[in-house]
Amino acid sequence: MNEILKIEHLSKTFGNNVVLTDIDFEVKKGDVTSIIGASGSGKSTLLRCINLLETPTSGEVLFHGNKVAEGGIKEEDYRAKVGMVFQSFNLFNNHTVLSNCMLGQIKVLKRNKEEAKAQALKYLEKVGMAPYINAKPSQLSGGQKQRVAIARALAMDPEILLFDEPTSALDPETVGEVLDVMRTLAKEGTTMLVVTHEMSFARDISSHVVFMADGKIEEEGSSKDIFYNPQSARTKEFLTRFREDKQES
Amino acid sequence: MSFFQRMVYIVQTYSVSLLKGAGVTMAIAIICTALGCIIGLGVGIVQTIEPKKNSSPISKFFIKFFKTLLSIYVEFFRGTPMMLQAAFIFYGFSQLFGINLGMWKAAILIVSINTGAYMAETVRGGILSVDIGQTEGAKAIGMNHFQTMTSIILPQAFRLIMPQIGNNLIINIKDTCVLSIIGTVELFFTFKSISGALYTYFEAASVTLIIYFILTFSCSKIMRYFEKKMDGPANFDLATTDTLAYTSGMNLAHIATRERL
Ligand SMILES: Nc1ncnc2c1ncn2[C@@H]1O[C@H](COP(=O)(O)OP(=O)(O)OP(=O)(O)O)[C@@H](O)[C@H]1O
Ligand SMILES: [Mg+2]
Repeated sequence: MNEILKIEHLSKTFGNNVVLTDIDFEVKKGDVTSIIGASGSGKSTLLRCINLLETPTSGEVLFHGNKVAEGGIKEEDYRAKVGMVFQSFNLFNNHTVLSNCMLGQIKVLKRNKEEAKAQALKYLEKVGMAPYINAKPSQLSGGQKQRVAIARALAMDPEILLFDEPTSALDPETVGEVLDVMRTLAKEGTTMLVVTHEMSFARDISSHVVFMADGKIEEEGSSKDIFYNPQSARTKEFLTRFREDKQES
Repeated sequence: MSFFQRMVYIVQTYSVSLLKGAGVTMAIAIICTALGCIIGLGVGIVQTIEPKKNSSPISKFFIKFFKTLLSIYVEFFRGTPMMLQAAFIFYGFSQLFGINLGMWKAAILIVSINTGAYMAETVRGGILSVDIGQTEGAKAIGMNHFQTMTSIILPQAFRLIMPQIGNNLIINIKDTCVLSIIGTVELFFTFKSISGALYTYFEAASVTLIIYFILTFSCSKIMRYFEKKMDGPANFDLATTDTLAYTSGMNLAHIATRERL
């Protein structure tokens, strides 16, 4: 059993709005899985259910085979092992860059200060933000904030990293710097689950692609299968639209 | 004697009483603002607790019950004049329970409870205005509710409500004058004694007004200073390789790797 994360029959409704229906998939160690799909298809909701920021209406999230919802693993411990990078960065505004990357290690993992600092610096260097350790989030650009957010997640030594449209809130010029960091992580074998609208990026880095439509998984497969040989008509249509967009720009 | 001469005369003759009155006013205002903030913080925090979906009905009931109790407190003390509350509590205690609270205890009790009622709403607003994203960011790395509150939300909420704390301090400096109804010898009480003794209402009022203004104006400047201080430096220094190695206590191998990058 080498899957880190397994989603079984997961459904989510808000009131009478059915957002996710019977989602099933798994993420194995070393996988880079991209979730693509139209706006409103439930991608963010799926990530938020995986991270327990939303409670699934039915179905299970299994972490190494343990049911997460039923206390198979303590909520806080589980979250420490599942890193999350948000579209809106969500850095702690009252802490410096360095402290943003140390807080979780100290409070949750109970690491001592020196250890946490060394670890934080290691990852801040990796994302090219080491010179900014003394800055506050409000003093950084969007791309810089997102790189700090990635370092903050990495510093917890997570087993898997979730990304929810990490570049959607960025200026076009700074998208590249964040994608570069993610590319490096993917190459190094970091297990990642990425919701993105950057199709060429998804095609290049993913080992596995999930296409969602109307809260369901319409099609999934290897990056090659989905991008070069899609079976479902909806997948084809979605990807054609993306190619047209690309030609226009 | 001219108007100004009479003012000078009042200041010279009553300097000790005036200083004492100002001192009492400031002491009550500062102590009660501080206590009020603590009360407000407690009440405000409880008001923002959302019971977890999976918590037991009993704990849900208790949270609801507590919240209702606290909102009654807030609404009652915000909604009635402090002067009447002072009379009610001070004379009530002595008539109903035969307890003489004494001027200080009564004054501090009433003003703190009042400030607390106002601060509770301010704190609640402060907590709610820290964007939910930061709470989610904290949850996502495994921090629990208490850790999130103490290291992320409350420090920011506190900074946000600093101007309101200053506001309350100034209001308290002025509003302690209603305590003269229970015989607290603060600045307004001193004014009444002086004007009563000399029959120079205009001059005594002028002197006392100026003292009140000096007190409130200094306080608002001091509060500003603290706000600036909390904001920290407007600029940050880029860390160099040396400071990085120094701060992290990393070994040389680490530095060597970085320099290769
Ligand atoms: N808290 C909520 N309450 C009610 N409805 C919600 C809530 N969160 C999301 N939804 C609904 O769920 C649906 C899916 O939203 P979601 O954000 O998951 O889509 P998405 O695929 O991430 O879209 P996008 O690509 O625009 O980010 C939408 O119709 C949205 O209105
Ligand atoms: Mg989304």
